[in-house]
This record gives sequence, structure tokens and C-alpha cells, in this order.
Amino acid sequence: MISIHNLSFSRGHNKIFDNISLSIRPNKITAIMGPSGTGKTTLLKLIGGQIKPDKGNILVNKQDIHALSRTDLYNLRKKMGMLFQSGALLTDMSVYDNIAFPIREHTELPESIIRTIVLMKLNAVGLRGAKNLMPNELSGGMARRVAMARALALDPEMILYDEPFTGQDPISLGILVKLIKTLNETLKITSIIVSHDVEETASIADYIYVLSGGKIMGQGSPDALYNSDNAWIQQFMQGKSDGPVPFHYPAPNFETELWHN
Amino acid sequence: MNVFQVIGHNTLASLAKLGRASLFLIAILKGLGYVVMHPRLLIKQLYSIGVLSFWLIVISGLFVGLVLGLQGVYTLSRFGAEASLGVMVAAALVRELGPVVSALLFAGRAGSALTAEIGLMKSTEQLSGMEMMAIDPLKYIFAPRFFAGFISLPLLAILFSSFGILGGYIAGVELLHVDAGSYWSQMQSAIHFYSDIMNGVIKSIIFAWMILWIALFEGYDAPPTSEGVSRATTRTVVNSAFTILFFDFLLTALMFGAS
Repeated sequence: MISIHNLSFSRGHNKIFDNISLSIRPNKITAIMGPSGTGKTTLLKLIGGQIKPDKGNILVNKQDIHALSRTDLYNLRKKMGMLFQSGALLTDMSVYDNIAFPIREHTELPESIIRTIVLMKLNAVGLRGAKNLMPNELSGGMARRVAMARALALDPEMILYDEPFTGQDPISLGILVKLIKTLNETLKITSIIVSHDVEETASIADYIYVLSGGKIMGQGSPDALYNSDNAWIQQFMQGKSDGPVPFHYPAPNFETELWHN
Repeated sequence: MNVFQVIGHNTLASLAKLGRASLFLIAILKGLGYVVMHPRLLIKQLYSIGVLSFWLIVISGLFVGLVLGLQGVYTLSRFGAEASLGVMVAAALVRELGPVVSALLFAGRAGSALTAEIGLMKSTEQLSGMEMMAIDPLKYIFAPRFFAGFISLPLLAILFSSFGILGGYIAGVELLHVDAGSYWSQMQSAIHFYSDIMNGVIKSIIFAWMILWIALFEGYDAPPTSEGVSRATTRTVVNSAFTILFFDFLLTALMFGAS
């Protein structure tokens, strides 16, 4: 479905990806994990064609996404849903209009059919009753579910989830985990989850890539990673405070710094 | 050596920004077709950019006219020329004060609001979200705002001048007893439609272009942080003011310099 070949990307002098290759299989949930600041969101933006890589290419449905014309890119994006961390709902429209928005823009459907589609999508995320609320009246978890309904509005073949679990209360978290899994199973949507929440992600992912420092540190099924003998992977999966990644940011000797400034 | 490095770096950065801004402007202008097909987007922006600026412009215009009337009578009466008050007030307003002051007010009210709105849309990923839904924000968000401002400012400038002339009438004729007949008739014979009124309108069209270009681009280019948006908003107001005053000088020299 999506394959990434020898991808390199840097911001200024900061190398974010250094020659990585990975592939995302259709109808599965693939997770991209790693510590904060490893460029997980950047990877989603690269897959969505919002930024260009320095080297390498990304094939989505066998099309090189960065070689497409604007029209072809936009046509491909209609098959992709993306769930942003903030929800990215349009703040001047109600929940209903937010979900109707992509349908109204891209189809000529009559309003009665649009209404049916919007209500179905909202029902799928359990928020049919919230259709008349404005985005600023929603809690963080509800906003993310509305954004999910909007991402589903055009019946995409794949969905990119950007940190879907970050900053959610336990109940919302449970709902989101269940929704992502159900949508993948019932609609056969290829799902890519970018996250650093190990437990939730590992509970639903079919395959996980762990990134750090611009490289792929490990990959495999959740069980394979939990049982990995790589010390770095162990530290990440178990959430240990010290290990191959030291607790301290590189600094000169503490005593020297205290007494001789 | 360091000084040259800084100069070189800043020059390159400014040129790159100008290049990005030009591509941005071209993309917005290409959105005209989309705006024509979606008039509701334009009407909504005409309301928030134009209609909501109405009272600010009208009241400011009235007070500027009142002051012009008072000061005009004071100066003109020394030469026994109070009868020319109407010409003085109207010429000052339609040629200069109308387009310039309304543009400055417009930059402060609508320009800053546009930059802040778009900067926040960027920082809350609404623009990225739209791109990922295969909807071009340049057409959907930016083009309607640009063309709405483009239509609004010249109309607001005309309103400003009209209420300014009314203010001049109140101060000169009602308060200081200048003859009403000469106020209006001298104005009518000395102010010309093309050389005075149309030149003023052309000025405000050019100011509208500049303000909207600056305001929209600053929002679009703002770093998506609170500090970034706040600085971009300040830059919109400051740069618009400079640009308006500079272009006013240039346009005045071109339009009225030879006569």
C-alpha cells in the first residue's frame, strides 16, 4: 500500500530521517513509534505529500507521491484520511458542517444524502447527539472522535493517525483504541498510527516500527518487540528511565560545573 | 567580516521571503474563479472585513472632517477666503485623507484580525487539515478574504470622504457660519471626477492590495506559536502603515506632481 525507500529528510542541520525504508501493508494497522522529537509527525506529512524529502521516495498505491501533479496529489489525498493531534476541526463550523465539508467540496450529492452520510459517520464514533455543537464546546476526546468521523467522510482507503492517544483521559483512550481497531476490522482501512503510547498502540497494532535518531531501531509484531533482546527496544517498550538512553542530557561533570563557573 | 555576513544573510532571507510572498499572491489570484463560483464565501468575508469596519470608518471620517472644518476656517479667514472651505475640505479628503486614513484604520482593524486568524488556523493545523482533505486553503480561505478586502477598502474610503465632507459642513457652516451655498458650489466646481475622486479611488485600490497581501502572507508565514502569531500581527500593522505612506507619496507624485 505504502512503501518508503531510502528516505532522508533534514530540517536545517538536524537530520530527521537518515536513509530509512519501510513498508505498510494493506488492511493492517501499522504503528510508527519512537520518543518525542523523532519526526513521527514529519513522516506522516511526508506520506501525505505536504513536505518533500531530501532523498528517496514514497510510493502510495504504487504512485510516487512527490512526483505527482497537484491535481493527481489532491485526487490521491481523497483516498487518505488524516487525524491530526489537535483534531484540526474548522472552528467556524458546527460538528455537522465539519463532517459535511469534504463531502460538499468533492461531490455533487444532494443535501439529503449528505445528511445521511454525516449522521452515519457520527453514529460510528458515537457522537450523533453532538451534531449541532461547535468545536469549542467539545472535550479533547470528543474533538478527536469528530475529526475521525470527518476523516472517514469520503470513505478513504487509508487513515493516518497522528498521536491519537496523547493527552486523553482513560475513558476517551479506551474509546479511541476500540474505534481504531473496529474501523480497521470492519472497513478494512489501512491504518497508520504514529504514537509514543506503547501500551495502547501495541494492543491494536499488527506491526510496529520503532524509530529513533533518524534510524529504524527495531520492527516486528508487538510480541516480538516486547521480547526483543535489544536493550534500547527494551528500555522504550518498558518505559525505563535509564538505560541505553541516559537520564541526563549530555552535560559536563556536575561537580566541575557547580564549583568552577 | 561578521557585519557583512549579517547583511548578506538578511538580504538573502528578505529576498527569499519576497519570492515566497509573490508565489503566494499568484496562487491567491488564481483563486478568483473559485471565489466567483462560491459567492457565499465572498459575502461572508465582505461582512466581516467590510461591513464590520463601517462604524469605525464613518465615525473617524466625521471627526477628521470636523477638525478640517475648524482648522480650515481659522486659516482661510485670515485671507478672507472662508468661502473656499468646501474645496479645501473635499480636496484634502478625496485626494489624501480619505484613502490614506481609511487604509491605516483598515490595516489596524481588518489586517491585524486576518493575520491573527490565519496564524491561529495554521497553529491549530486547520490549514494542513484542509490540504489533507484535498481542499486548497489558498482558494478556500485566502482568496475570498483577499477579494473581499479588495472590494471593501475603496468603498470604505469613499464613505470616509463623504462623512468627512459632512463633518466639514457641520464645523464650518453650522458652527462657524460659513455660507452654505459657497461651501457646496465651490466644491462642486473645483473637484473633478477623474483627476480628484478617481485618483483617490485608485489609491485605495492599491492600498487594499498591499494591506491584504501583507496581512494574509504574514499569517501564512507565521511560526505556529503564540509568539510567532503575535509578532506577525504586529508586523502586519507596522509594515502596512509604512507601505501605505510610502506608496501614497509615490502615487501623489505621479498623479498630482505635474499639475
